[in-house]
Amino acid sequence: MSTIALPPAETTRIEQPGRAVRVMRYMRRNKGLAIGILILFGLTAFTVIGLMTINPKHAYPLSAALKKPPSWRYPFGTDFFGRDLYAAMVVGMWQTAVIGLLAGGIGTLVGVIFGFISAYFSGKIDASIRTVCQILTPIPVLMIQVVIAGSLDKRDVTILTMAMIVVLLAWMGPTLVIRSQVLTMKERQFVAVAKLSGVSDLGIIFKEIMPCLLPFIAAAFVAQVFAAVFASFYLAVLGLGPLREPLLGNLIWAAQSQGAFFNGWWWWPIIPSVAMILILGSLALINMGLDELANPRVRRTE
Amino acid sequence: MTLKLAIRRLLFLVLVIWAASTIVFFIPRLSNRNALRERFGELARTGGFSPQDLEKIIASMQQQFGLDQPLLHQYWTYLGNIVRMDFGYSLYRYPSTVSELIAQSLPWTIGLLLVTTILSFIIGNLLGAVAAWPRAPRWLRLTATPFILLTGVPPVIMAILLIFFIGFRLKWLPLGGAYSVGIVPTWSWSFALDMLKHQILPALALIFGSVGGWVLSMRGMGITIQGEDYVNFAEHKGLTGGRIFRDYYLRNALLPQITGLALALGTVIGSAIIVEGLFGLPGIGNMLNLAIRANDFPTIYGIVLFITIAVALLMTLVEFIYPLLDPRIKNS
Repeated sequence: MSTIALPPAETTRIEQPGRAVRVMRYMRRNKGLAIGILILFGLTAFTVIGLMTINPKHAYPLSAALKKPPSWRYPFGTDFFGRDLYAAMVVGMWQTAVIGLLAGGIGTLVGVIFGFISAYFSGKIDASIRTVCQILTPIPVLMIQVVIAGSLDKRDVTILTMAMIVVLLAWMGPTLVIRSQVLTMKERQFVAVAKLSGVSDLGIIFKEIMPCLLPFIAAAFVAQVFAAVFASFYLAVLGLGPLREPLLGNLIWAAQSQGAFFNGWWWWPIIPSVAMILILGSLALINMGLDELANPRVRRTE
Repeated sequence: MTLKLAIRRLLFLVLVIWAASTIVFFIPRLSNRNALRERFGELARTGGFSPQDLEKIIASMQQQFGLDQPLLHQYWTYLGNIVRMDFGYSLYRYPSTVSELIAQSLPWTIGLLLVTTILSFIIGNLLGAVAAWPRAPRWLRLTATPFILLTGVPPVIMAILLIFFIGFRLKWLPLGGAYSVGIVPTWSWSFALDMLKHQILPALALIFGSVGGWVLSMRGMGITIQGEDYVNFAEHKGLTGGRIFRDYYLRNALLPQITGLALALGTVIGSAIIVEGLFGLPGIGNMLNLAIRANDFPTIYGIVLFITIAVALLMTLVEFIYPLLDPRIKNS
């Protein structure tokens, strides 16, 4: 019986790069996500620094000179009603963020709850939730939002009600996504093992399934924020927003009703449009990036 | 498609229309706004009649609109009216009914929608298919990239940017309106040309706003199709690249996109309406814009319901047509 003399094991430790390095490396592969986060970070910095330095009163009518093109004093110009558009952008951006985060958060939360209930308990509950979702999905959401916003008293339309209007018909998407994901998770072996070991329903939901779903929930949340910003923007462009507030869509509505282009005040509609492109573009990039993170199957095959 | 499936689809369509009408019926009645009082109060303020007359007028109008009936009774009549596509009278342009107003502005909207949807569907799908096709020349594949970057830009903002660059800066095309101010609509070539000129920017805005979505989904579809056995087989048979692209690759990748078209309809129509309003074209969008400004509630609700029903109908239509295009799902 001969033993093979093994050379003394060399103690080479594999250097695990730090967390930050790994995140940076992933970002280099997933460029869309990185660019999206960068733009969003820039917008946040603009809003936060702006909120600290401007006088929010200048975002409302009759607080600045009228119809001045961009200059040193007014970097974004002023509008027909005497709003400093720089202040209006800062406040409008902040309000857009509030609507997006609030509506996106509530929509995702409701979607996650309904999706879990529907998939986990199945049977009649599942059938009814699914049917409601299926009936509501083909109805153009914007149209119903027009009815709701139009029926409200103008004084009742605030940033908060805008968020609520948007969220009322926005939970179906995340519900269906989470439901289908939970349905596939439920059949996995680790859930069966947990069940056999006597873990309670709630324990399985929160300790076993939820952690696996986090990337999907994050993606659904970003998608919801995108949809909420988009919807509130469209409503405001139609003149159904809180008309006094310098919401980005309101500025465009006001510019359009005063014939800004016909009168040569080009900066008035252009500045909120560019801001909106940056917001929606960064959210779309982050959403696509998260999709890639959550769903390796859609990773680019190029 | 079996008869049973067809009946189920139709029942679903009825259910969707019923749900939409019910929402549109009950939401305004939950609010404390009184459309009639607002409209006639406004007229009373601008002069014309005394406050005592105001109450009388409101009472008689309420009777005429059936608003003095119990709620459930109103609901039943309302549902009956919806079936007959009767959305009541416009408050702002009173003697005309909402249906008449819709019929007047519908051709404009349909024209714009049809042209832009078909064009962006074709352009987007071709570009997407080419972008995923490894044998295509590099410059052709790269043409898809700018459109993908535009995906996040809503058509409305696209419209504003186009107005700014092409209309305002370069002065190539008009800034808005259906035809030049001071021109009398006639059946002449010069008028048709003028009208067409005013349609270019809105159409471009809608096309640029939606091509990116088609490019993205088609590219994804194309990548999956390339791995299929029948594409491999076609290559080994020695078919020409063009033939494989057209008959084996494009045809199969295009089918799911048609379902996508049905799903996108709601968004497409919503965008078209807002873009129309922005340009002041005399379509449904402009009508909705005016109705919102004038607090003309019956018109707002009528337009909303009409669009909802149209979208639901079109979606069902696509579902019925689909099995004719794709024989594989005939029996499933």
